[in-house]
Amino acid sequence: MHDLYQFVSGPLAWVAFILFVGGSLYRMIAMLVEVKKKEPFIFTYMSLKYSLRSIVHWMTPFATYNWRRKPVLTVVTFAFHICLFVSPIFLLAHVTLWDESWDISWWTLPDGVADVMTLIVIAGCVFFLLRRLTQPEVQFVTFPSDYFILAIVAAPFVTGFLAYHQWFGYPMVMVLHVLAGEVMLVAIPFTRLSHMIYSPFTRAYMGSEFGVIRKSKDF
Amino acid sequence: MAEPAVTQDEKKEEEEQKVVDEGIEVGISRLTEARIEQVINQVLNTETGARLKTYVNTCIHCGLCSEACHYYMSHDKDPKWSPVGKVKQTLWEMIRKKGRVSPDFMRRAVEIAQTECNLCRRCLQFCPFGIDIAYLISMVRRICHKLGITPLYIQDTAHSHSVTMNQMWVKGDEWPDTLQWQEEEARGEFPTLRIPLEKEGADIMYSVIAPEPKFQAQLIYQAAAIMEVAGVDWTMPADMGWDNSDMAMFTGDNEIMGRVKRTHFELAARLRVKRIVMGECGHAFRSVYDTGNRWLGWSHPPIPIVHAIDFYWELLKDNRIPIKEKYPEPVTLHDPCNVIRGGGLMEKARYVAHALCETVVEMHPNREYNYCCCAGGGVINCGPPYKLKRVKSNRVKAEQLMDAKARGAKVIISPCHNCHSGLKDIKNYYDLHMDIKFFGDIIYQIMEKPE
Amino acid sequence: MVDQSNWDWETREKTVPMDPWKDKFNWVEEPYASPDGEHVAAVVNQDEEEFNVCVNGETWENPFEKIWYLRWAPDGRLTALVSDMAEWTVAVDGVPWENKFAYVWNTLFSPDGKNIAVAAQNDGMYCMVVNGKPWETTFQNMTYFAMSPDGSKTAAVVQVEDFGEGEIHKFQEGCFTVAVDGQAWENKFVNAWNMAFSADGTKLAAEMRHNLYDYSIAVDGRPWDKVFQCVWEPVFHPVTGSVIAPVRTGGKWTLAQDGEILWEGRFLQAWHQTFSADGETLAAIVSPRYGRWTVAVNGRPWSVTFSTLVSDLVISPDGSTIAALAKEDQTWKVVVNGAAWSNTFHMAWKPVISPNNRHVGVKVEKQGKYTVVINDRVWPQECEAAWDPVFSPDSEKVLLRTVENGQYLRRILPVTEITG
Ligand code: HEM
Ligand code: HEM
Ligand code: SF4
Ligand code: SF4
Repeated sequence: MHDLYQFVSGPLAWVAFILFVGGSLYRMIAMLVEVKKKEPFIFTYMSLKYSLRSIVHWMTPFATYNWRRKPVLTVVTFAFHICLFVSPIFLLAHVTLWDESWDISWWTLPDGVADVMTLIVIAGCVFFLLRRLTQPEVQFVTFPSDYFILAIVAAPFVTGFLAYHQWFGYPMVMVLHVLAGEVMLVAIPFTRLSHMIYSPFTRAYMGSEFGVIRKSKDF
Repeated sequence: MAEPAVTQDEKKEEEEQKVVDEGIEVGISRLTEARIEQVINQVLNTETGARLKTYVNTCIHCGLCSEACHYYMSHDKDPKWSPVGKVKQTLWEMIRKKGRVSPDFMRRAVEIAQTECNLCRRCLQFCPFGIDIAYLISMVRRICHKLGITPLYIQDTAHSHSVTMNQMWVKGDEWPDTLQWQEEEARGEFPTLRIPLEKEGADIMYSVIAPEPKFQAQLIYQAAAIMEVAGVDWTMPADMGWDNSDMAMFTGDNEIMGRVKRTHFELAARLRVKRIVMGECGHAFRSVYDTGNRWLGWSHPPIPIVHAIDFYWELLKDNRIPIKEKYPEPVTLHDPCNVIRGGGLMEKARYVAHALCETVVEMHPNREYNYCCCAGGGVINCGPPYKLKRVKSNRVKAEQLMDAKARGAKVIISPCHNCHSGLKDIKNYYDLHMDIKFFGDIIYQIMEKPE
Repeated sequence: MVDQSNWDWETREKTVPMDPWKDKFNWVEEPYASPDGEHVAAVVNQDEEEFNVCVNGETWENPFEKIWYLRWAPDGRLTALVSDMAEWTVAVDGVPWENKFAYVWNTLFSPDGKNIAVAAQNDGMYCMVVNGKPWETTFQNMTYFAMSPDGSKTAAVVQVEDFGEGEIHKFQEGCFTVAVDGQAWENKFVNAWNMAFSADGTKLAAEMRHNLYDYSIAVDGRPWDKVFQCVWEPVFHPVTGSVIAPVRTGGKWTLAQDGEILWEGRFLQAWHQTFSADGETLAAIVSPRYGRWTVAVNGRPWSVTFSTLVSDLVISPDGSTIAALAKEDQTWKVVVNGAAWSNTFHMAWKPVISPNNRHVGVKVEKQGKYTVVINDRVWPQECEAAWDPVFSPDSEKVLLRTVENGQYLRRILPVTEITG
């Protein structure tokens, strides 16, 4: 078990991070190259001002018409995404690992807070799952892959939570957690989780079109 | 007033609605699976790029765009009418199957793309990623065009564009003849009025859509009267290109769209006008202001396009139209997608409405969030077979209007031809008993005229 | 071409007062100056339903119920489309053609002015009418028109098959073709558009589409073997007689000759290809990058590009001077051989190149005032109206036609008076 842990947290972690960073860069660059090649007109309309106007509005809870119309979802999705980013990055256990391997460290969350945030992410996943199962308009456009993606996202948080509380055989859960974390990272550039990579671009483009040409709001 | 709940009667109507469109059926009967596969892949691989891919990869299938769409809202939130639902039933499937879809699938795809989406872009404002569903649906239309399965009526219109550069088969002589006839009529009221034909170097060229000379010549009369009273230095072309409308844009026949727009702009350039002022039409605005010019390589219209709302705003702001008395009846203002969400004229439209009318009752939602009329995007141009579906698919608009009516509005102002016709059908179907007018109608009615 | 050497190139100034016209008539429409500048004319209203043409203060003998499209033929005859008793025809110097029609429009002139043609409709059937004589054949519809350089032939895109409203599949079988002097080509197409005659008038080329998707050029009725995604108007090589047209391939534009790709380069747009008279220089308006416009000469684009529009390309017969208009936002510029003039305008007209190919003159407008610019030097006179400058055959002098203070002026100035 120890060897297995060494392997997943050592070489496999390398592979995961390389695939995550490399894959994300690749997706981004490939997209821009294709735009340059096939739809260069897009660059003509890009405007920093309107890109930011659009991105900032959509990154702010209740700042857009649709966020205001859907208050529950808005609260959930913002809580979910914020916790999703913040908890792993500022988790003491994670920072300790960075410190041990690379001798770098940063501010960390109190464990209790991180624990709650983890639960929020898990709750968010449950919320999204229920939405998918109960809301006809979501159901209609749901594919098995959507559940799979949710599972990929939920897994590191669930296993991390279990590991932290040392429920069910710790070493095994820890291995699973690390694996789940790695799977999620790798999944980002290669599944619809790539919305993390693409969303700034799609928003910036639509923001620019609406600002420069259509002179109205895209939010 | 038809009740929102689906009754037996409506069920029956639904059955009757099963239309046979010769344009689609003949096209489908000529299709082979191999041809479908080849065309889909040709369009997806060579005519689209990162944009389409990114939209498809980014969509998280969250359904947040659904409630933007009047089709979805009017069909009791049946997801097959939601924006993303329509993409799922068309483009996603084509991509997933790498183009290997059946003729039956294409029959449904063309029906969705041409008659169940107005390309109104309201859903773009609802999607957290700004995914351009209207663009995706346009690509489906492009595929259907290339497969030759476009609905008959709008295909006929596209043919008219290809031959005459106008929408209604108006012939070369009929156009100037109509203008001269309207000029003569108007001289009864304004003895020195002119519709200056082919006057090089005028300030503006006035352009209209072909239904005006064909069926609504009084709109040209009114425009001429307004120009006369406001003392505008204007001209109208006698040559092809006078029609700013474009149904080829909505069938995916980009090459004809480009030809029609080129003719229009080069005509204005030949007449050496500073600006093109266009009548109260929305889709035409989109075609000259945003879409057609781009296909030709003009990032912006080479000659500025001024929509009638904008033009009236200018004239009223400068007090160039003397008003006898404001229009007394309470009005409500419909915001046409293509000039509001597509052109930012919401505040100017309100300025004009308030300058002309005593009371303006706002619809809700309004401005760039206004619901589409369900006629635009070429849907009304698919003709009578789809009329019932069209009016039933905009119950939310009827509710909006009813609400405005409950708050006193008697007249709907709709500064767009498509919206005008679409709202008229809606008001009849839902027994709304409201009048529909263009801004031009009201201005003409209340402006000071010579004794 | 019209011989301009016998025009008065000596008298410095001639005037025609136009203010009095306003008192004489109910209203005076926009004036048109004759090519030699000796006359100025306008449609005038004399009474209800009574119009006339006033030339240098004199009206035509007979008024008409309607008059429009007042245009000077290159040889100095004055034409207008006129109507009496709901019948239309062309009046030349006040004399209407004997044949009358339900409608006439789109007057065409041969460069020497000898031939005048219009499109006409009678009983819902269409044909061209040349010097008052209609084609022997008429058609259900007629869209685009052309006249051969010597004016001896006219052509039009015509409808030769019947199709009813909504008969889209019939339409798609091909119902249109081109008729030359009333003689329709045998091949029918889904569409045909702009046409061009060869220099000697013996051949005709037209844009066409086989079906909704495949575009090509038909020469004397025979389409090129190759098809393209789209095409624009063809031109004939003035010497070899081959046909050159912009074609769209792989989503980009370039020029093709007799069906084969001619220019290596690919552009976002390419059109208005124009030959010098010697056939050595072929230039076209192109867009090398999205939203940028310029002129490409023999395939090589100028290095300057413009944002909004490039138009009105003209080439001197020897190809040494190539001029065009360029627009950036609302500003018009004149570009000669790849360099933009320093003066800019609110409007500009098609550049005129002097017979010696050395001067370029342009009618321009700024703040509602018209003037003329030669070689980037602005003539300081501000006018209420102006017409294109005309250079004398020896290129030493320029004829300026203007309206100033309600008075029409014909001036002859040495070119140097403007260029310094
Ligand atoms: C490279 C792989 C990873 C390693 C080696 C790793 C390691 C750890 C360790 C050692 C713990 C602490 C368990 C404990 O307290 O006993 C932990 C907890 C946790 N990890 Fe990871 N982790 C990895 C990836 C991830 C990823 C990608 C995520 C999520 C995005 C994640 C989220 C969490 C969470 C949420 C907790 C528990 C927080 C709590 O409930 O207190 N981890 N991880
Ligand atoms: C800049 C980064 C990101 C942005 C702007 C963003 C934005 C969004 C938006 C707008 C939605 C749809 C609204 C909703 O259903 O809540 C969404 C859903 C979601 N996102 Fe993100 N996201 C980002 C990063 C991530 C990351 C890194 C992950 C996980 C690795 C993630 C996982 C999810 C999940 C699981 C959903 C719910 C999908 C469902 O409904 O099933 N997001 N995101
Ligand atoms: S009709 Fe409008 S809101 Fe509905 S899918 Fe089409 S573009 Fe979107
Ligand atoms: S809102 Fe956007 S991301 Fe969500 S389903 Fe609709 S198009 Fe896809």
